[in-house]
Amino acid sequence: MNRLGYIFLYLCLGLVAVFQILPIVWLFLFSLKGNREIFAGSPFALPQEWKWENYLTVWQGGIGTYFFNSIWITVVAIILTSLLASMATFAITRMQWKLSSLVLGLFMVGLMIPIHSAIIPLFNMFLNVNLIDNPWSIVITYTAYNLPITMMILLGFYYTLPREIEEAAIIDGCSIHRLFFRIILPMTTPVLSTIVIINMIYNWNEFVFVNTFISSDQYKTLTVGIQNFIGQYMTDWGAIGATLIISLLPILLAFIFFSNKVVEGISSSAVKG
Amino acid sequence: MSVNKVMSNKWMIAFYVLPALILVGILIFIPLGLSAYYGLMDWNGIGEMEFIGMENYINAVQDMKFWDSAFHSFLLAFFSTLSLIVYLAISMILASKIKGADLLRKIYLIPMLLSSVAIAQLWIKVFNPSNGILNKMLMGLGVENPPAWLANPDIVLYAIFIPILWQYAGFYILIYYAALKNIPESLIEAAKIDGATPLQIAYRIKLPLIAGVVKVTIVLAIVGSLKYFDLIYVMTGGGPNGASEVMASYMYKLAFSTNDFGYGSAIGFLLLVITLIVTVIVRKLTADKEELQY
Repeated sequence: MNRLGYIFLYLCLGLVAVFQILPIVWLFLFSLKGNREIFAGSPFALPQEWKWENYLTVWQGGIGTYFFNSIWITVVAIILTSLLASMATFAITRMQWKLSSLVLGLFMVGLMIPIHSAIIPLFNMFLNVNLIDNPWSIVITYTAYNLPITMMILLGFYYTLPREIEEAAIIDGCSIHRLFFRIILPMTTPVLSTIVIINMIYNWNEFVFVNTFISSDQYKTLTVGIQNFIGQYMTDWGAIGATLIISLLPILLAFIFFSNKVVEGISSSAVKG
Repeated sequence: MSVNKVMSNKWMIAFYVLPALILVGILIFIPLGLSAYYGLMDWNGIGEMEFIGMENYINAVQDMKFWDSAFHSFLLAFFSTLSLIVYLAISMILASKIKGADLLRKIYLIPMLLSSVAIAQLWIKVFNPSNGILNKMLMGLGVENPPAWLANPDIVLYAIFIPILWQYAGFYILIYYAALKNIPESLIEAAKIDGATPLQIAYRIKLPLIAGVVKVTIVLAIVGSLKYFDLIYVMTGGGPNGASEVMASYMYKLAFSTNDFGYGSAIGFLLLVITLIVTVIVRKLTADKEELQY
C-alpha cells in the first residue's frame, strides 16, 4: 500500500482512540475545576487553580464508606467464586462420575440467564430470610452469578492437566484434598489470575443487585453510592467529577499494571452477554 | 489404592461440586421458576398473593407500554448489530501490520472496564445542553441551538446509543482482532501473489475465515441489547415519557416503583423467554449463512 493510504488508516485508528479517551480526559479535567471555570472556560483547558479539595470533600462526604464496602464485597466474592468454581471444575473434569456432563450443562445454562428475570423472586427470597439490606446477600449473589463464567474460563485449563499428576500423587498416598489444594490449585495460578481480574471488574461495577437489595447508606457500594451522592451535589460538577474518578481509579490502575491479563480475561469471557 | 477408586468416591465428588451447585440452584434456577409462578399472581410484594391464572400474561400481550419498550430493545439490538460492521472494519485495519496495534486496542478497551453507572453519569454531563462537551463543541463549530439530547423524546434513544457504542467498541474490536491475528500469514501472502486487492482479501478470505467468531458476536450484541438496563436506568430512567424505556427497565419499574410484583414477574419471565427464543433464531439464521458461504 502507498504512504498516503497508511496515513489515512492511522488517522482513522487515531480518531477512534481519541473518541474512546476524550470523555475520560474531560472528566478528569473538570473534576479539578470549580463550576465557574467549567461553565465559562474551554473544556480542555488545564485548571487555572487545581482544586484537589474536590476529592477531599467528596471522600469525607461519604464516598469513603462506599469505597470500603466495594472493596470488601469485591474481595470476599472473588475469593468465594474462585474457590467454589475451582472445586466444582475439579470434580467435573478430573473425577469420574456419571452425571458430570449433566451438571456441567446446568452450570453452562446459567450463562444465558438474564439477571432481570430472576431479580424479583431473589428480592422476595432474601426478604423472607432477613437478608435484605444485608451485604452478605450481595456477596452470595455475586458468587453465584459469576460461577458459570468463571468455570467456563477454568474448564479449558483443567482439561489439559495431565492424568499422570493425579496418578502419581494418589499412588504416593496423597488424599484428594491434598491433591487439590496442594498440587492442582497451585498449578492453576495463571488462569486463577485471569478469573480474579474478570471477577474484580464484574463485582466492582455491578449495580442492579445492590440497588435492589441494599437500602442503608452504610452498606452501599460505590456504583449505587455515587448515584445518591450525585443527587446531593446535583449542581457541583467538580464534586461529581471527583466522585466518578474515585470510582474508576481501582479498575484503571489494575488495567495499567495488568493490561495483558485484563485483555485475556475479557476475551475469554466473551461468551457472557 | 487404585486411582480410579479414589477419583470416583461419591462423598468426595459431592464435597467438591455441591457448594457451587447448591448456590447456583438456589440463586439462579429457583428464582427463574418462581418468576413464572409469581407471574400467575396478583401480588404487591408484601401482602397475600392471589392466583389470577394467565391474566398478567394476557395483559402483557395487550400492554402497549410493554410493546413500546420491547420495540426500543429490538431497535438497540438492530443498531448494535449494524455497529459490528464498523468494529470489523476497524479490526481489519488494526490487524494489518499497524505499528502500535497492541496499545491502540488497549486504549479502545478502557471504556469497557468502567461501570455502567459511571459511564451513564459521565455521558449525562457530556450531553448537558448548555455545559456539556458535545454541545460546546457543536457551538464552537457554529451550530446554533444544538439539541437537548436526553430531554427530546425523538432523539433520546439515538443519543443513548452513543455511550453504548463507546462502551462496547473495544470489546468487539478485541475479539475480532484476536481472530484475525489467528489467520495464517501464508494464506494472505498466497492471495497477494495471486493478485488479490486488500479489499478482496478482507472480504473474500479474512471474513469467511472468522465467520464463526462473527456469529458469536452477533448473538452477543443482540442478546446483550435485549437485556440492556443499567445505563438507561441511570441516564434517563426510561424517559422522557417512556421514549427510552426498554424491557428490563419497564419490568424493574413495575416491580420496584409501582409495587406490581405479579405483573413485573410476568414481564421478567417474558424477557427470559424472548431472550432465549431470539438466541435460538439468531443461531439458526447465522448457521444457514455459513452454509451459503462455503
